[in-house]
Amino acid sequence: MEQHLQPDHPELALPRLGLRRRLAPYLLGLPAWAYLAVFFVVPLVAVLAVALETGNPDQGYVLTWHWSELTSTISLYHTQLIRSFEYGAISTAIALVVSYPLAYWIAFHGGRHKSTLLFLVLLPFFVSFVIRTLTWEFILSDNGFVLGTLKRWHLLPQSYHVLSTATAVIAGLTYTALPFMVLPLYVGLEQIDRRVVRAAHDLYANHLVAFARVIVPLSAGGIFAGFLLVFVTNVGDYVNAAILGGPGTTMIGNIIQTSYLTNLDYPTASALSAWLLLFLLIAVAAYAKVFGARRIQEYA
Amino acid sequence: MSVALPAQERDMAEAPAVVRPRRRWGVAALGVYTWLVIIYSIAPIAVMIAYSFNKTPRGRVVTFSWLGFTTDWYRHVFDIADLTQALVTSLEVASIATVGSVLLGTPLALALARYRFRGRGLSDLVIFVDIAAPSIVVGASLLSLFISLNWPRGLLTIIIAHIAFDVAFVTVVVRARIAELDRAIEKAAYDLGAGPWTTFSRVTLPLIWPGIVAGALLAFVLSIDDLIITTFVAGQTLTFPLWVYGAVKVGIPPQVFAMGTLVFLGGIVLTILNALWQRRQPA
Repeated sequence: MEQHLQPDHPELALPRLGLRRRLAPYLLGLPAWAYLAVFFVVPLVAVLAVALETGNPDQGYVLTWHWSELTSTISLYHTQLIRSFEYGAISTAIALVVSYPLAYWIAFHGGRHKSTLLFLVLLPFFVSFVIRTLTWEFILSDNGFVLGTLKRWHLLPQSYHVLSTATAVIAGLTYTALPFMVLPLYVGLEQIDRRVVRAAHDLYANHLVAFARVIVPLSAGGIFAGFLLVFVTNVGDYVNAAILGGPGTTMIGNIIQTSYLTNLDYPTASALSAWLLLFLLIAVAAYAKVFGARRIQEYA
Repeated sequence: MSVALPAQERDMAEAPAVVRPRRRWGVAALGVYTWLVIIYSIAPIAVMIAYSFNKTPRGRVVTFSWLGFTTDWYRHVFDIADLTQALVTSLEVASIATVGSVLLGTPLALALARYRFRGRGLSDLVIFVDIAAPSIVVGASLLSLFISLNWPRGLLTIIIAHIAFDVAFVTVVVRARIAELDRAIEKAAYDLGAGPWTTFSRVTLPLIWPGIVAGALLAFVLSIDDLIITTFVAGQTLTFPLWVYGAVKVGIPPQVFAMGTLVFLGGIVLTILNALWQRRQPA
């Protein structure tokens, strides 16, 4: 930015100099910052403070710095919290493993049809998330298209079921995650300079070695972006557990949602939100530490 | 040596890959795999479209079996008044939230892409957290805010919440487009005597317009499909996803699938039109 061409008529370069130039970014950013401060940052900080309040729905809540709310909720709901991270991690890992070869093939061998193929993978975005989850309930139902057929052929026992098991919830989470995973992976792979891959081959790397030592490390940014989007969304999800799951698959999202909207128990809900945020932060930081993600914000 | 180098580089870039038979099989297998995954991701859409033509007794889908073909649900697609109202609400919310987030996000994107200033890192961080934060926590925090401000929950609070998450996505998309631009074009405008406003409206804006359209489309899609954040801030107002989610327990009327199919087709047509329009523009 400092190296711009000197204009022939300096008086025409008005907006580039002085106070006006220094103020410009603040004036441009101010409306969005003000909005995000009021409707995103402040509430997010405040919700965590509610965890330290005591009271009941009828008489209201007061801030009492009651740290025990945090410890008591975790002893009550640690099963659901751990389960959420388990489901989130498994579905993210499956989505990554399923999506990577596909994104790789489209980016490296898609040819003229790259955008068409990508468009097909992203088609689920055009259908409401709730409807997609519902159709999986149809597909996986006990006597539905898949299980019904397999049972008729006596490939499965009559009592076999998938719905309301962990498998169904994880399958739903994985399916929802797929386009969100493919998109950043594709962008990351597409940006790789093909000459670098060619150079690896010239240096006697076979295809497997070139893939593992060159292509995968160069797409680390895309993998991190995909991980972040999918993992956070899936750990905090409650819709898949509510539609596809059963009593044994309740996730932390379900608990937070009912605490807030049905039980009006704000301290519990806030404490759980705080725990969820804290553990997500630890998980993301751990990922960044292990796999390296120097410019996290660039993947946003 | 130094004379031969450029030619060598060019050969490296252009020489066709040495394709061995085993490699070709591997690539073909990956191609087949890609198509299988595409079929898997489209399967629920096919189910939705199929069930929108299924003869469903008593207007509620409680059984998943195929009972015969009918186009009734398209002829009566708007017969359920509150479902239609929910769809209208969703379209309203998405449209207003899209416009609002574009108006807030585009200037911020300009600031982040064009200027170095104090607080840029903080601004980046907030945008990043806004995208990465789990919806359930964002929704819960907004509900707390509205309760403590004593604001009644409804259409307005839904729109406020949607702008709050849309704005981050618009900013990121528009900023990426601005970063790609050649600043020399704007400098040329200045040198030819155009003022800042003329330069912006006649040069900068047309150049970043594709980024704004892409950001707006993303904002619209995210907004119309949001369930989790909306649940917290909706009060008694129902959007399309909320209505459908609420109807799961009692059985979904097949009109939901007919509407879903129409929205799906509408979205595809708009995307294809946008792609054709973008292709006509010089890059």
